[in-house]
Amino acid sequence: MALSYPLQVVNLLAALLLLISFAMLSQRRIAGLVTLFAVQGAALSLSTAIVAWSTGQHHLYYSAALTLGLKVFAMPYYFFRLIRKLDVDRDVEPMITIPTTMLIGIVLVIFAFNLAMPISQMSGTVTRSTLGIAMASVLLAFLMMITRSKAIPQVIGFLAMENGLFFAATSATYGMPMVVEMGVALDVLVGVFVLGIFFFQIRETFDSLDLKHMEKLKER
Amino acid sequence: MMDLSLVQLAWAGVLCWLGLGLAALLVQRLRGLLNLIFPLGAIVALGLAAIGAMALLGHASAIVLPIGLPDLPFHLRLDELSAFFLILLGGAAFGVTLYAWGYFRHQESGSLALLLLWYHLFLAGMTTVLLADDAYAFMVAWEVMALSSYFLVTTDHDQPDIRRAGFLYLLIAHVGAVALLLCFGVLQGGGVEGAGDYTFDTMRLAEMTPFWASVAFLLALFGFGAKAGLVPMHVWLPEAHPAAPSPVSALMSGVMLKTAIYGLLRVTFDLLNVQLGWWGALALALGLVTALYGVIFAAVQSDMKRLLAWSSIENIGVLLAGFGLTLIFYTDGKGALAALSLTAMLYHALNHAFFKGLLFTGAGAVLHATGERNMDKLGGLMRVMPWTAWLTLIGALAIAGLPPLNGFVSEWLLLQAFLLTPGLNQSYLNMVIPVAAASVALAAALAAYVMVKFFGVTFLGVARSGAVAKAHEAGWRERLGMIWLAAGCVALGLFPAQVIAALAPVVRLLTGQTLVNDGSWFLLAPVDAERASYAPLVFFAVVLVTLLLVFIWVRRVYHGRIRRADPWDCGYPEQDARMQDSAEGFGQPIRQIFSSFMRVERETPDPFDRHPRYRGDSRDKLWVLLYQPIADVAAWLSDKAGRLQHGRIQWYLIYSFATLIFLLVFVTR
Repeated sequence: MALSYPLQVVNLLAALLLLISFAMLSQRRIAGLVTLFAVQGAALSLSTAIVAWSTGQHHLYYSAALTLGLKVFAMPYYFFRLIRKLDVDRDVEPMITIPTTMLIGIVLVIFAFNLAMPISQMSGTVTRSTLGIAMASVLLAFLMMITRSKAIPQVIGFLAMENGLFFAATSATYGMPMVVEMGVALDVLVGVFVLGIFFFQIRETFDSLDLKHMEKLKER
Repeated sequence: MMDLSLVQLAWAGVLCWLGLGLAALLVQRLRGLLNLIFPLGAIVALGLAAIGAMALLGHASAIVLPIGLPDLPFHLRLDELSAFFLILLGGAAFGVTLYAWGYFRHQESGSLALLLLWYHLFLAGMTTVLLADDAYAFMVAWEVMALSSYFLVTTDHDQPDIRRAGFLYLLIAHVGAVALLLCFGVLQGGGVEGAGDYTFDTMRLAEMTPFWASVAFLLALFGFGAKAGLVPMHVWLPEAHPAAPSPVSALMSGVMLKTAIYGLLRVTFDLLNVQLGWWGALALALGLVTALYGVIFAAVQSDMKRLLAWSSIENIGVLLAGFGLTLIFYTDGKGALAALSLTAMLYHALNHAFFKGLLFTGAGAVLHATGERNMDKLGGLMRVMPWTAWLTLIGALAIAGLPPLNGFVSEWLLLQAFLLTPGLNQSYLNMVIPVAAASVALAAALAAYVMVKFFGVTFLGVARSGAVAKAHEAGWRERLGMIWLAAGCVALGLFPAQVIAALAPVVRLLTGQTLVNDGSWFLLAPVDAERASYAPLVFFAVVLVTLLLVFIWVRRVYHGRIRRADPWDCGYPEQDARMQDSAEGFGQPIRQIFSSFMRVERETPDPFDRHPRYRGDSRDKLWVLLYQPIADVAAWLSDKAGRLQHGRIQWYLIYSFATLIFLLVFVTR
């Protein structure tokens, strides 16, 4: 069965999303990470808008606009400012070498696709085939959080995970109710600001943003 | 006025208490108003007792309060059982609150305001436990009661021992509360399909299989037992009661322990509609073990309040034995005998509230006057504090089970019930129960021994230390409270026939029968006037006349021939206060006889030591046998679990990641 034109675009964007997830896993520079994050947000926003247009779900337009405003402009801008202020745009040393991380990532993608297969068969939406991709990008973002030791990449990993969840929601169920989406968007925004304040505090205390210094805080 | 039902009035009382507690915080700068809060609280207590008395005569009334969670309103109901315990609560709380009014008179304002808040919250919580008609309200009130009493116990939280005692109390209270929550869950789970609420009405309708009914009963026994101080969950009691200020100990021991008994009765006889005979046997055995264990440890204590706390454990054991006996009779179809033992048990609960309240307040007056809890440093206080001494004597005689006071009546009734067991259809129980009766008698006798020790060492003889010299008599407010409690002991002892008639509606509610009193208004003959009867007033008159005759004889005849001469001192030329029998010495025989129950740590001095010091400490063996292993296992497990804590965020993320992957795999199966 031939896919309709918008759907093909959505699938293309989904693939782009996955590709960016892998790119984030392999990116060493923090500024590069932020750029990738912004691109991912743009892809997400575009795909949401296309889904909204092709299915006539009007509230998804708002979601798309919200994503565009927050994840493509506001947060990357904030991160760039943070990086300048904290002067941390150096190379990131991952805990596991990047090729190994990529291999683990591939395993995760296979796992996610395998997992999503029965669910997407049940789902009746036009975008169901992208559910596996959404799940894979969630897992990849999680993997990125695990492998990075600096604070900012971890937060970006957290936000990328949220992107994946958002994509899963749009692709499987045409998005969450508007109230929930607004709430999540607000949470993410507040969370980023709070974490930004934490960055300053952490650096003040440990003279570095490397989280391995926080090992000192354990009980014994 | 008439359109207010009794349960609404009772709820109004609860609100009054809550209001008083909060008002205390608001007016903490105005000392005059702050001092008024205790007497107002006492009036509320009296009012609640009156409401209880009226409810005992009338019908059950119920209301639904729109507070709590959405769709889960509080259901309150005042039936005969609640009414009885409401009388108990109000009556004891009235005396204790009057006492507390004087006791905390010199407390610093800030801490007094907090204490007033917790105190009234505690009373309100206990009342709501009695009124609750759904599991949700019950548990909320139960936790309010536990938490507020925890804060009362730790009033003097600057001392590490007291913090430790408070923690132990809180821990066991919570373990018990979890069991209760599960118990209500089981009761509700057996309920009608689709009835999603947790009201007691739903639970009453449940048709439970014997297995699930037993599970519910055992959970209730564990949960309420933890609160009541049933062996082996009793360990918090001898720690928390001495730690708490005395009026609080009086309330905890006199009233709070009874709420556990109330809960047990409510669950077993009201909410469950199946009762099994072996539950009764189990409760009876546990009760007897608790009674004996408690009284033996009470006998070897030197600390006044600790002694009283152990004695509370003993009384709870007696109550539980009565409960078990009721269950045995009830399941055996012997309604009249079940009514007899239930009457005895309820009567004893009421008595214990009064005499234990009296004893704790008396001990508190001594502690307040001398600053000393160790009986080995007291003595001769009767001359300094005659009011306290005489009032405490009434309490001591009552708890020792001497006629014509109230302790005798309930223990006598209970023994009557035991002696009637040969009518049971189960032969093995018939053979075992005489042993149980003997144990109850032994516990009663040892309780008398304990009281001789408590009263004798503290109030008689001569002072053992300087602490006594600066002692002073309790103030009039304290005395008023103690007089109320003592009057309760005397009245409950002198008019048993009336009390039993008043108890009849409660007993009818639970067992379907009432105790038939064969005697007239002054004669108590529970089964048959031919078999056994007791006329307290006649007995009292005989005692009074005998005392009077002896007094006159001693004054006129004996003192008339008195000769004052320098004695040769029976070989003791130098008499010293330390030559008196000490608390330690008095308990020595018990310690020797029952040494296998306890772990005795002793340091005996060397014969050639110039400054010999003797130290003896009798510890609860269950600490080592039961609680220490549990604590060790918990510490070992936490140590292992502590290794999960690396301090590296990446590792924590890996934990979540692994869990997520695991769950996802699990879901797809």
